[in-house]
Amino acid sequence: MNDHIVSSFDDDLDKVESLVLEMGGLVEQQLVNATLALVNQDSKLAKQVVKGDARIDKLEGEVNVMTVQVLAIRQPFADDLRTVITTLKLASHLESIGNYAKNMARRTRAISKASAFSGSTGTLKRMSELVQQMVRETLDAYTHRDVELAELVRNRDEDVDQLLNSLFREMLTYMMEDPRHISGCMHILFIAKNIERMGDHITDMAEEILFLVNGKWPKDKRPKGDRTSTLIIEPGEDDEDDDAHFEDDES
Amino acid sequence: MKKPKKKSDVVENVMTVRNVDVFYGSNHAVKDVSLDIRKNQITALIGPSGCGKSTLLRCLNRMNDNIEICKITGEVKYDGQDIYDKNVDVVALRARIGMVFQKPNPFPKSIYDNVAYGPRIHRLAENKQQLDDIVENSLKKAGLFAEVADRLADPGTGLSGGQQQRLCIARAIAVEPEVILMDEPCSALDPIATAVIEELMEDMRLNYSIVIVTHSMQQAARISQRTAFFHMGELVEQGATSKIFTLPKDERTKSYITGRIG
Repeated sequence: MNDHIVSSFDDDLDKVESLVLEMGGLVEQQLVNATLALVNQDSKLAKQVVKGDARIDKLEGEVNVMTVQVLAIRQPFADDLRTVITTLKLASHLESIGNYAKNMARRTRAISKASAFSGSTGTLKRMSELVQQMVRETLDAYTHRDVELAELVRNRDEDVDQLLNSLFREMLTYMMEDPRHISGCMHILFIAKNIERMGDHITDMAEEILFLVNGKWPKDKRPKGDRTSTLIIEPGEDDEDDDAHFEDDES
Repeated sequence: MKKPKKKSDVVENVMTVRNVDVFYGSNHAVKDVSLDIRKNQITALIGPSGCGKSTLLRCLNRMNDNIEICKITGEVKYDGQDIYDKNVDVVALRARIGMVFQKPNPFPKSIYDNVAYGPRIHRLAENKQQLDDIVENSLKKAGLFAEVADRLADPGTGLSGGQQQRLCIARAIAVEPEVILMDEPCSALDPIATAVIEELMEDMRLNYSIVIVTHSMQQAARISQRTAFFHMGELVEQGATSKIFTLPKDERTKSYITGRIG
């Protein structure tokens, strides 16, 4: 699109966009580090992640101030208005994702005491890597106003949900086997749920990017795969038959 | 089963413009414009200077008649009749389709006589009492009566700019028009006086249909239900104001409303 006649308006929009992209980069790095800390039981790196969240919060504050200024001073219309509003909302989502990464890092020590489930950290790592990729692609979609990429991210959240489902079942089985596993399993489940929530936020971000570019809110329902809210496994049941206990929450 | 339409859903056009071209000598100022003016709505005409919006506005009550080099083709219908038909009485037409100009232009007469001028010409009052009532009602509808009730004999030119503009609106209203054309009515007013006029226009549209030319896009967005964007004599895009300012279809409209180099 062409430049504004008032060039300082372009400068303002560039600034607010670059703030959000900086936030996005930090959030992605926080998630990478939180995952590394978890997998390697690196409590020093975990602490660094917990501390690092403040920078993201600060940037969100700057985005808030800047967008309100742009709205008040420039009174934007059409694409410009959607850019400002979307950017504000993206910042809010990124801040939430940052909080989840911080929470993940906080649980690192608790997980080390539950080393019996080291296999499950592999699943957490896979979930995290999926989400990291989604963050990167979402920021790319935002920078290039790429509708196709945003749509791709929007549909990828299902993969994260599937991993959560299988981990949820696995953890329930461990807990049923021996109540001493409960504490560790619960921490792992909370972390998994945190990562799954990050995926939800990113999906929302992708939808907002679609709105930014198209000017219309996507009408079709996105696929949802998180079924843990309705999953019940009774002790002694055959794990293979779990599907019989899913309620179809899509209907 | 089809839902019956609510009364408010029914769209009624008070004026229709079809394939209108306007030439000032060799200058083709308005190019093949077709536009509907909806009843009880405010239609905003926007666009850069020289885009033809004011020229078109002036076509709606034949204000261009006295400009010798001006030639108009096409059709402008009001109440089912082509206003350029040779049988149309232009004075009567301008009573039905009134006009308010950019600069408040009260007559050098009293506030009372400014408003009473039209009704006297058109013999709308049979006696003094009726004329008093018309003046009072018109001033009330223009939101000015409370401010001038005790000084109706004072000159209209002594009022503030915003008050003068409302006096001109009262003067237009006094002859019971159906359509009011406004050519940048707030461009000479401060923001408070502008807000008063905008609030007044919102009330006025219950009884009148309004067409406004404005250079303030914010004003068009605030007050109108329909917006038409003109560029170099062409009507580029028209539609619901909420659509034009959020999701314009044409790149030229988008560039204009977002302040970009087109």
